[in-house]
Amino acid sequence: MRKTPRLFPRLLLGTLLLLPALGSPQAQAETSQEKGLRLVQEADKQDFGYVDLTAQLEMVLTNRQGDSSSRKIRIKMKEVADDGDMSLSVFDTPADVKGTVMLTHSHAVKPDDQWMFLPAVKRVKRIASRNKSGPFMGSEFAFEDLASQEVAKYTYNYLRDEVIDGRDSWVIERRPAYAYSGYTRQEVWLDKVRLQPNQVIYYDRKNDLLKTQTFSGYQQYLGRYWRPSLMLMVNHQTHKQTTLSWLDYRFKNGFSDREFHKDGMQRTR
Amino acid sequence: MKLFSSMIPQLTGMTAATVLGWVIGSPPAWADDAPRSEWSGYMAGELRLFPEAPLRGGQVVLYPALSAQGEYFRAWDQGHKQLRFTPFVRLDAQDHARSHVDLRELAVTHLDDANWEVSVGLRKLYWGVTESRHLVDILNQTDAVEGIDGEDKLGQPMLSAGFFQDWGTLNLYWMPYFRERTLPGWQGRPGYFYRVRQNEASYESPAQAWHQDFAVRYSHTVDMWDFSLSHFSGTAREPQLRSKTEASGALVLYPYYYQLEQTGLTVQATTDAWLWKFEGVTRHDLQGRSLAAVGGFEYTFVGILESDADLGLISEYMWEEQGNNSLSPFQNDLMVGGRVTLNDTQSTEFLAGAIADLESHALYLSVEASRRLGEQWKLSLDGWSNLNLKSSDPLYSRRRDSMLQLELARYF
Repeated sequence: MRKTPRLFPRLLLGTLLLLPALGSPQAQAETSQEKGLRLVQEADKQDFGYVDLTAQLEMVLTNRQGDSSSRKIRIKMKEVADDGDMSLSVFDTPADVKGTVMLTHSHAVKPDDQWMFLPAVKRVKRIASRNKSGPFMGSEFAFEDLASQEVAKYTYNYLRDEVIDGRDSWVIERRPAYAYSGYTRQEVWLDKVRLQPNQVIYYDRKNDLLKTQTFSGYQQYLGRYWRPSLMLMVNHQTHKQTTLSWLDYRFKNGFSDREFHKDGMQRTR
Repeated sequence: MKLFSSMIPQLTGMTAATVLGWVIGSPPAWADDAPRSEWSGYMAGELRLFPEAPLRGGQVVLYPALSAQGEYFRAWDQGHKQLRFTPFVRLDAQDHARSHVDLRELAVTHLDDANWEVSVGLRKLYWGVTESRHLVDILNQTDAVEGIDGEDKLGQPMLSAGFFQDWGTLNLYWMPYFRERTLPGWQGRPGYFYRVRQNEASYESPAQAWHQDFAVRYSHTVDMWDFSLSHFSGTAREPQLRSKTEASGALVLYPYYYQLEQTGLTVQATTDAWLWKFEGVTRHDLQGRSLAAVGGFEYTFVGILESDADLGLISEYMWEEQGNNSLSPFQNDLMVGGRVTLNDTQSTEFLAGAIADLESHALYLSVEASRRLGEQWKLSLDGWSNLNLKSSDPLYSRRRDSMLQLELARYF
């Protein structure tokens, strides 16, 4: 569920070692694709090493009429060397799904592995990863919006520099390289200082404007890792919106891999 | 319960040194440092309607009922200790045998950093991957008065240990006491043509309910494959209903619990949109050694008709080596089903399925639908019907027990 990728495809490791200082003028003839990729890799490198984290999430879904409903989720995440992050989400509300657990082992290009624990029948089910484009719990966030954003999941193209909400940003277009995405492309406003997104605009499969996601309330943890406290996702086609609040971030808890194992899900609360 | 409570102090006194384990030396890793405890649960009102005239006197058309379940969860000792207490109660206005209380769970678990854990008490577990039939899932007794799909279970007293390694997970179970299946009473539907003397159960083992049952299970995940291999040795959870003539001359049925050795295999292959599932068992019981299997697929269409809804198509084939001599009615049957998930705010879902006996042409139909109302309520509609049953079919006594059920539950 991090917006920032942290996976180094092996073939790129060599080029990373030759990286110049951030944002410095490049040797001439860097294409916009190369620049987009380089900036995302720099952001990825900056965010690497957070080890693990926990956070409390609250999602508030608001429909056209202004009716709202909420979901409370606790999440644990752990970095994996040479692969995508692992995450474990536990639902506290709505009450009828309380205790439901979702475990995700994300990967760069091959499909993520996902299991769901259904507390009523004590059953762990492995689920197909195809429903990336589907809404998460009826919200305006799709599963793919909340997935670990590994570098290799997209191809990139640097568009321009732009100030948004007073923050200097690079605007980078990215196109999903994985199957079954609901998007043709996305535009990401990447903060030049924090190396984290300030805004993402999503275009649907027909390349029509679909959603705008804004990030706010950034705080820095462990003197290095920037995390937002609020994400707002507005769907321009349905006029529904979802806010996602991130509270109580805690880093470096020393989680073992076992806690992110399907056979441990029935003990997670 | 005395038996179990006396073991708890020993259990909590255990250290990593007492049990073989693979010490990886990580800091305490079950998350929350402060003790955490919480109550949750639900209360539900249910109305069951059996539109067809009953088979015999005593049965009626409408069955109102109430149920409630609480769950108390506590974690302490930096998350290394967990307690779960899940009482359940059902009150049925017509069928007194359906009114019952159960402890779904009352168990203490110690989770050790050295990649092992041990639990003592009543627990509820699930083994298996298929939807139409649960062949491999064998530890918990079925709470058969709750539903007919075998998904409702009674808590099983057990001492269990789990070991987590890179090569997979190994679980060991000792089950010192057996719990008899709940069966419908004289008023109950779906029921039996003859009276069932539930309290006159008979056992193959002279130890009866105190026969010591054991099980072991190994499970692992490799890439797209999830698989498990298990063995169970003990009293079969499914009774054989035998008949006897009482002094009055009346013919009655009573449950007979036989001994069973069962080795089970589950495999699931998960790809982008396909789930391939298989469960197979080889078992030795009062009918000698036999094989049984169920397998099939689930395919999901995402975002059907330009909406947020998903459509899952499910098909599974059920097979028993013993054919019509099998204790199960699913000896050569095909299940076809569809699952629609709207992915809306209210988590609306529909599931419809049919099971056809490829020999007798008997047909079982079922529907399930549910939707959350507001934040705390849930409305469920379930129905089933058995069609075209022959008098030789084990389910023949259900031939007029088509049912529609409406349930409204309040969660807290």
